[in-house]
Amino acid sequence: MRNIEPKQITEIIKNSVIKINYNLDNSLVKRLQEAKQNESKSLSKSILDDILKNQEIAKKGNVPLCQDTGVVVVFVEIGQKINILGDLETAINEGVRQGYKEGYLRKSIVDHPFKRTNTQDNTPAIIHQRLVPGNTLKFKIAAKGGGSENMSLVKMLTPAEGKEGVKKLVLDTIFNAGGKPCPPIIVGIGIGGNLEKSALLAKEALLRELDDSSDDSDIKQLEDDLYREINKLGVGPMGIGGDTTCLGVKINYFPMHIASLPVAINIQCHSSRHTEVTI
Amino acid sequence: MINLTTPITLEDIKRLKVGEKVLISGTIYTARDQAHIRLQNEENLKFDLEGAVIFYVGPTPARDNVALGASGPTSSYRMDDLAPNLMKRGLKLMIGKGDRSDKFIQEMINYQSVYLIATGGAGALLSSRIKKSRVIMYEDLGAEAIRELQVEEFPCFVAYDIYGNNIFKDNK
Repeated sequence: MRNIEPKQITEIIKNSVIKINYNLDNSLVKRLQEAKQNESKSLSKSILDDILKNQEIAKKGNVPLCQDTGVVVVFVEIGQKINILGDLETAINEGVRQGYKEGYLRKSIVDHPFKRTNTQDNTPAIIHQRLVPGNTLKFKIAAKGGGSENMSLVKMLTPAEGKEGVKKLVLDTIFNAGGKPCPPIIVGIGIGGNLEKSALLAKEALLRELDDSSDDSDIKQLEDDLYREINKLGVGPMGIGGDTTCLGVKINYFPMHIASLPVAINIQCHSSRHTEVTI
Repeated sequence: MINLTTPITLEDIKRLKVGEKVLISGTIYTARDQAHIRLQNEENLKFDLEGAVIFYVGPTPARDNVALGASGPTSSYRMDDLAPNLMKRGLKLMIGKGDRSDKFIQEMINYQSVYLIATGGAGALLSSRIKKSRVIMYEDLGAEAIRELQVEEFPCFVAYDIYGNNIFKDNK
């Protein structure tokens, strides 16, 4: 067994939430620069320019990228030979607490659907744990904003609706969301499993590298087709029209019941803040 | 490009047309979901709504060397049913992001107010145009408290004007 101290976990979460709220991935910045160059509408181009200037300012470490510094979502893969010397979820939440305080990040979590009292430290994080073979501990950490999450959904399609049904649902959802989720967006799609599995697949799809593709050829084709078709919708940066509506489409899938074709669409704003740490 | 100084007059409103860039200087107020709910029946208002500008934002905490942390707009549609009451009392400009309901647009035209959008997710960039900030109401709401901001050339675009134009439809 390999022992892990809870304070190591706290430190990883703390440093990660601060880092991602001030720095965008290079691959995303590059994609935004390309989008700006290819954007034909001048007002939309100026919005993409604002977004690029914004990340230049934020990476100096004084003001975060966005005022919505998100709810922290953590996927943890725990090697079976790992022995955590304390409570994992307590350690993660402590990292969130420290990171949101020291990083001057907004506390965006309320305690109850109707009482809505702020918890004051951005906890609790939303934590998904999985036990895997091996002796490593892997964290996939995201700070997910509320505006784009509000435009997300799960729909149970029938198997007969098939690929075309999935495409129509995705395109309709993105068109109807308009400027609300802060386009240009990244689209995470989960197909299969059941109700809750599809939502988890969609969320995890958003945590993939921006430049990767599905290793299943049918799914990769669907990612490419949707990327092209979403950008033809004309929603544009902030919904004001233009060539740039999405920066990436990521689809994860899982086997499902003979009766079902579950589809979850999780929308991510252009400020895609996530990272991965393995110890 | 149009430069506006607060408070906003009806003459200012008439000049604003969809798609135009607007730079606002002067005093503006922050208010989002919870503040809007409370303002509906508020009898002890701490600022003048006549000619006022409300910015839909919940900023991050400020470090010592800035007036306010990241301050980008939040989605405006959640305030659609709550805004008419404030426009009726003189509110002239709202700054947010995203499209709004047809009912809101009709009310906005009736009250001769205008809806502006700022670049969503550009919280660090927009923060640099905020020179002073102080909480004036609902401190218990934290990020959602009402703040009085002094801004210099705060950049926005006209999204809906009083002539019935709509940036989200006109550009598709």
